[in-house]
Amino acid sequence: MMTSDTIAAIATALTNSGIGIIRVSGNEAFDIVDRIFRPKNKRKKLKEEKTYTVHYGHIQDGDEIIDEVLAIVMRGPHSYTAEDTVEIDCHGGVLVMKKILETVIKYGARMAEPGEFTKRAFLNGRIDLSQAEAVIDVINSKNNYALKSSVSQLSGSMSKKVKELREKLLFEIAFIESALDDPEHISLDGYPEKLKVTVNDMQEELNRAISTFDSGRVLSEGIRTVILGKPNAGKSSLMNVLVGEERAIVTDIAGTTRDTLEENIRLHGISLNIVDTAGIRETEDVVEKIGVDKARANADDADLLIYVVDGSCPLDENDYQIMNLIEGRKSIVLLNKTDLEMVLTPEEIKEKTGKEVVAVSAKEQRGIDLLEEKIKELFLSGEIDFNDEVMITNVRHKTAMSEALKSLSLVKQSIEDQMPEDFYSIDLMNAYEQLGTIIGESLEDDLVNEIFNKFCMGK
Amino acid sequence: MPCLTENYDIVVVGAGHAGCEAALAAARMGFETIMFTVSVDSIALMPCNPNIGGSSKGHLVRELDALGGEMGKNIDETFIQSKMLNQSKGPAVHSLRAQADKQAYTKRMRHTLENTKHLTIRQGEVCEILAKDGKIEGIKTFSGAVYYCKAVILATGTYLRARCIYGDVSNPTGPNGLQAANHLTESLKNLGIEMYRFKTGTPARVDKRSIDFTKMEEQFGDERVIPFSFSTDPESVQKEQVSCWLTYTNEKTHEIIRENLDRSPLFSGAIEGTGPRYCPSIEDKVVKFPDKIRHQVFVEPEGLYTNEMYLAGMSSSLPEDVQFAMYRTVPGLENVKIVRNAYAIEYDCINSRQLKASLEFKNIEGLFSGGQFNGSSGYEEAAVQGFMAGVNAARKIQGKEPIILDRSQAYIGVLIDDLVTKESHEPYRMMTSRAEYRLLLRQDNADLRLRAIGHEIGLVSDELYKRILWKENAIAQEVTRLEKKTIGATKEVQEFLASHDSTPLKTGTTLAELVRRPELDYVMLTEIDQERPYLPEDVAEQININIKYEGYIRRQMQQVAQFKKMEGKKLDEKFDYSEVKSLRKEAVQKLNLYKPANIGQASRISGVSPADISVLMVHLEQMRYQKPADSSEKVSMKNP
Repeated sequence: MMTSDTIAAIATALTNSGIGIIRVSGNEAFDIVDRIFRPKNKRKKLKEEKTYTVHYGHIQDGDEIIDEVLAIVMRGPHSYTAEDTVEIDCHGGVLVMKKILETVIKYGARMAEPGEFTKRAFLNGRIDLSQAEAVIDVINSKNNYALKSSVSQLSGSMSKKVKELREKLLFEIAFIESALDDPEHISLDGYPEKLKVTVNDMQEELNRAISTFDSGRVLSEGIRTVILGKPNAGKSSLMNVLVGEERAIVTDIAGTTRDTLEENIRLHGISLNIVDTAGIRETEDVVEKIGVDKARANADDADLLIYVVDGSCPLDENDYQIMNLIEGRKSIVLLNKTDLEMVLTPEEIKEKTGKEVVAVSAKEQRGIDLLEEKIKELFLSGEIDFNDEVMITNVRHKTAMSEALKSLSLVKQSIEDQMPEDFYSIDLMNAYEQLGTIIGESLEDDLVNEIFNKFCMGK
Repeated sequence: MPCLTENYDIVVVGAGHAGCEAALAAARMGFETIMFTVSVDSIALMPCNPNIGGSSKGHLVRELDALGGEMGKNIDETFIQSKMLNQSKGPAVHSLRAQADKQAYTKRMRHTLENTKHLTIRQGEVCEILAKDGKIEGIKTFSGAVYYCKAVILATGTYLRARCIYGDVSNPTGPNGLQAANHLTESLKNLGIEMYRFKTGTPARVDKRSIDFTKMEEQFGDERVIPFSFSTDPESVQKEQVSCWLTYTNEKTHEIIRENLDRSPLFSGAIEGTGPRYCPSIEDKVVKFPDKIRHQVFVEPEGLYTNEMYLAGMSSSLPEDVQFAMYRTVPGLENVKIVRNAYAIEYDCINSRQLKASLEFKNIEGLFSGGQFNGSSGYEEAAVQGFMAGVNAARKIQGKEPIILDRSQAYIGVLIDDLVTKESHEPYRMMTSRAEYRLLLRQDNADLRLRAIGHEIGLVSDELYKRILWKENAIAQEVTRLEKKTIGATKEVQEFLASHDSTPLKTGTTLAELVRRPELDYVMLTEIDQERPYLPEDVAEQININIKYEGYIRRQMQQVAQFKKMEGKKLDEKFDYSEVKSLRKEAVQKLNLYKPANIGQASRISGVSPADISVLMVHLEQMRYQKPADSSEKVSMKNP
């Protein structure tokens, strides 16, 4: 939405480089940064400083010092957006930049939409007319991408959790609303106590979800890459080659890897979190069965699937199962064991899976460079800088969840203050909408539908 | 062929709740108005439930009253029981509901219409709309008479090609066996108007003498009745009230229904129209909620003049014999005698997305519409639309801008905005959950919100307007005084607090802080507030609410400020969106179809994404740079 509220974003590339810039723009830019910036020498607030001045100090969240920074003050209309702007030059670590951005948001700014600085610059007359079309294109492509990545970056389990929470919220809102609409029919006696328990549970779940953002699986672990294949196809060997050490146990007995193994590697600057899984096959062995189920769950959460096919023996039922699993997913197929006599050809597999096929020998480390090329191509050569978007999305999701959490606290406050029940639904609705931004859904007609579907009411 | 021709300013088609308000508003604004009805005896008829108001509908009536409508005054004079619903909840959801004496209601409204200057009532079926080059010219009746006019307001309710159905009986009539209007639909289609077919239903009316009330719970009205109208003297509505009665269906009832489902036209497919989910027939409820062992039945009197009672909660289109058997399973109705059968009714209405927010058709200048014809349901929803259509038709002739209430101003605004922007395939009913700023849109402050607008329209007197200005001022002054007035922990104060189970003071505080305590309120604090000025009850109520819920109100006002910015960015209704490159195809289609009046409305159209809105805004800005001279009439964007 276009408003003149204060927005913030990381303005530099999101790599571990020497310096990073967080830009804050809008009516309250100075007030917000003043809440977290402690100038080293002076007592003066940024708000009182002259335009185009640079100030040395620390960014702090309460007592916690986050980084040593330079803050640059630019008063509207003499800034990029023509609004009051502060640029925070910090150390260029990805985690530091992210932490500062989060702090700025915590203290009142809003995460900028893709292209929003440019859009504001344009709307405020800073950008030449001829650039208008270009601006539109930027907004369009970025928005389309952001939505796609926002949803795709959310792990399967996280998105499930968000959906569950929203369903719970909607049920409670619909219950309150149906009682308000049909008070002689549906009673709210004793409801506040019940709601308090439900809200507590939801808060706990949200807190748990938020804490996983801090350990940030994508940030610290990189792109989640899962190796799949039937037993003894050579998954562990491949993993060992990629990781560069004998980490997985490699034997000739099918079903050796019974649990999943995880390793983090950097490949041409891309951080990959590689998960070796138990071979997928129908099994009676209880321990191995757990491993197989876990492999499937892992595959659901993966950003990239590597399917290892044993080229020395014919395809079987297990292979076809895996082909089903990778359908429609970002994946690469490896035809392994070129060191042995091959009974399968790359063409044959390509036809069956519709995926790029790379012939390798994990044992003799042949063709591995081709695989690395493929992975790099998939994530870097395209229109996207994968790591950037993942990070931004990550902050966005976390912000939305924190906002939802805040709304739930307000619900609890309302219950404690003995406010009437209709006040609860205001904040429950906010929480619902916040969580909706994560999965790209808004309230719209959900509520009215829920009321009629779950509660019988009417004359 | 010679025929009767006459000239009027405004023609109103229909004399239901929408038609009455439309005709009254137009005539009171000084325009020669003629109102057509298929039967003069059915003016302001209540063919379904015998009450006015209820959750969120009560809000609509109060808003209508504040603007200068008639419904509130009419029910105040003709109600036989009144109740403020949701009194234990927050002020935003308090809602007034009054049982009407149906005949008295109709009579009083007819009397008002008949005695309004500039207003002519005419019995006759309108069967053709005359329009040329996208502009209204007049109407033609079944008898061939032509009435030329500057504006037409369609308020045909459920009468267009109406069909009443129960079991395999199907009657081509309007409600209550009244004559249907079978010709107008064709004329509307010829004008390029898209029609829908909707359905609704009503329960049986039964003879009071055949009911055993000892098996039912009595439902009384409020001890102190609050009038609907802000100009009704509260003392005039304190009168003896009649009761309603509560009973329930049971497994036996449900069994009979389930056994006979195959004979219901709803399930056999004989009914093609779409019914509303919020007033499901009893057979719908039994099918949809199989786990519910009982459903509520509210037995309401139809008036003082009659023994007929209305069985709310049991509308049906089952065959007569099944109705008879099913009603007799309900406690208290074992020997009940049916006076009128329950039935479902199907009728033609329009896809309301063809209307502007002024309720004028986008493609036919001077043609307005309101009420169930627009795909809504309910007397109150109809009345407010009729009123707005009447006002805007009159203003069009005056050459003035239409009155458009937005979602932050009134439930009326929410209702109309939903109708003209949201896809809907069932009759639309107002609900408080549809209003996102409901804390501000309370029934108690409808006068503060809308009196000034009513005054500007010319339907609220100077005297009432002055009273509102005084009220606003009195509230503001007293709230400021309470926020400033500090109060010490004196013995008197501590004793007062103790007597109300309120925590004693440790240090001084303001009176406002004490008002905010859940166990206290403004009126209670009179005891310890020596400087308090005398203020009438309605003013005191506003002061209390403003202080008590100040935090919540402030938050909603912030949301409203954001909302207003988007609503302020106007769009040209003739603009061709395919000119905007980069808009997605779906968005172009939807925007061209709906032709939204502003960016805010555009953003509420399903299929238009936030990215599309951004693109649109950038494009608008671009246009503004290019055409600074005529930016006000062409595509323009008013900066907030």
